[in-house]
Amino acid sequence: MSDIPADRRYAKSHEWVLNDGDGLVTVGISDYAQESLGDITFVEAPAVGDTLSAGDVFGVVESVKAASDLYAPIGGEVVAVNEALDSAPETVNQSPYANGWIMKLRPADVAQIAGLLDSEAYAAETA
Amino acid sequence: MSDLQRTPLHAFHVAHGGRMVDFAGWDMPVQYKSILEEHKAVRTTAGLFDVSHMGEVDVSGSDAEAFLNQLVTHDVSSLYPGRVLYSPMCRPDGGVVDDLLVYLRGPSRYFLCINASNIAKDLAWMRDQASGFDDVTINDRSDDYALLAVQGPAAEKIVQSLTGAKLPILGTYHFQEGTVAGVHGMISRTGYTGEDGFELYHAAADAPALAEALLAAGTPHGLQLAGLGARDSLRLEAGYPLYGHELNDDLSPIAAGLGWTVKFKKPAGFTGSAALASEKQNPDRRRVVFFRTGDRRIVRAGTPVLNEAGAAVGVVLSGTLSPVLGEAIGSAVIPANEVANPLSVEIRGTSFTLQLVKPPFVELKKSS
Repeated sequence: MSDIPADRRYAKSHEWVLNDGDGLVTVGISDYAQESLGDITFVEAPAVGDTLSAGDVFGVVESVKAASDLYAPIGGEVVAVNEALDSAPETVNQSPYANGWIMKLRPADVAQIAGLLDSEAYAAETA
Repeated sequence: MSDLQRTPLHAFHVAHGGRMVDFAGWDMPVQYKSILEEHKAVRTTAGLFDVSHMGEVDVSGSDAEAFLNQLVTHDVSSLYPGRVLYSPMCRPDGGVVDDLLVYLRGPSRYFLCINASNIAKDLAWMRDQASGFDDVTINDRSDDYALLAVQGPAAEKIVQSLTGAKLPILGTYHFQEGTVAGVHGMISRTGYTGEDGFELYHAAADAPALAEALLAAGTPHGLQLAGLGARDSLRLEAGYPLYGHELNDDLSPIAAGLGWTVKFKKPAGFTGSAALASEKQNPDRRRVVFFRTGDRRIVRAGTPVLNEAGAAVGVVLSGTLSPVLGEAIGSAVIPANEVANPLSVEIRGTSFTLQLVKPPFVELKKSS
């Protein structure tokens, strides 16, 4: 049973979005996703300043097994990426919901978050 | 999934959290907790692998030596009882049917260990090749044997704690009959990781008891259960070929850099000798090379290898992240005459220069 915090929303493609409350949101991948991928060896993040629409490929997460695209759960401008993952991508395995965050966005429309799955719906999705 | 074959340790793997995957028709653990951690455990302490899916074959009879010497490229006549030999087995065109270990157990009594994915093909090939010999008996023993590998610098200490056999005097690529944790079998100082270690051939029914005993004895020494994922990254870091990647129907031992296993001077010759000799003389032959990239992005098998002009001249055969180096490593086949030229690969639009390396990629403390 994977960990699914109730404080954030989830995309069917296994990214999560947390409203930071300061006009920004943080995006990462779920515990279920990191567990399925296995040892994460590389995270390719977007460039700060990139503008993403919901559903855009914004990066790649690589494991020993495969490279998987990351999809923007909502649209917005990339304002920060987690540079610590460059040298320690395994942080995504160890702490997918905190230290393993991938990017921060300034949302184009914060209401898009409400269109994502809540923790219960995501739990049902990954059951 | 229901028709996958299972080793006698299937329940053991599931009970210990193994992530089971289809490997060559076998339901095998690719990892338990982490491929990277299991890999590092083998390099620093020890790992325990179930490789019972491998095939075992008894070959006996007064013509067994002559038969095997025709069958494989290496020189079987150099064996004495207790000695193990690694060799490819080729077709007349030099393509590789399989690579295998040959054990000499006693006069005219040989034992072969072959790849799981090739068992049926190998047996058919061997029986066909044996037809010209009067006294050779080939017996498939794959279902009778289980095989556990204990690999890593702590392997000797761990196995020694469970056996009266004198392991310090058992050299690399030697074996003896013996008992480990009350289980009788063959104790072979061989492996596929580049580390010191042992492969223990034993009766299938004894496998769960032996695995539990090795795990219990090894845990205080840092031994971890290790899956096929770590087995693959360990062998690639050591620079060992994997059948289907660096060796196959189309890639000969000469191409693979295994010329040391091809004994052209064997008096009676061997299957594939003419093709391999001619390949060796051919300046336009292909060559398997090993590389690192200086980046963490894994260069996957099938990725084209590009020359300076951007033309595809070769292809990647194996690729992974070296857990020890924290860097992508791999193998590729390229024309031999491109070896000195700049070569690169492209991953998701970014170009990486291949730095060719003579393996092993890491320093190995293997005893001899």
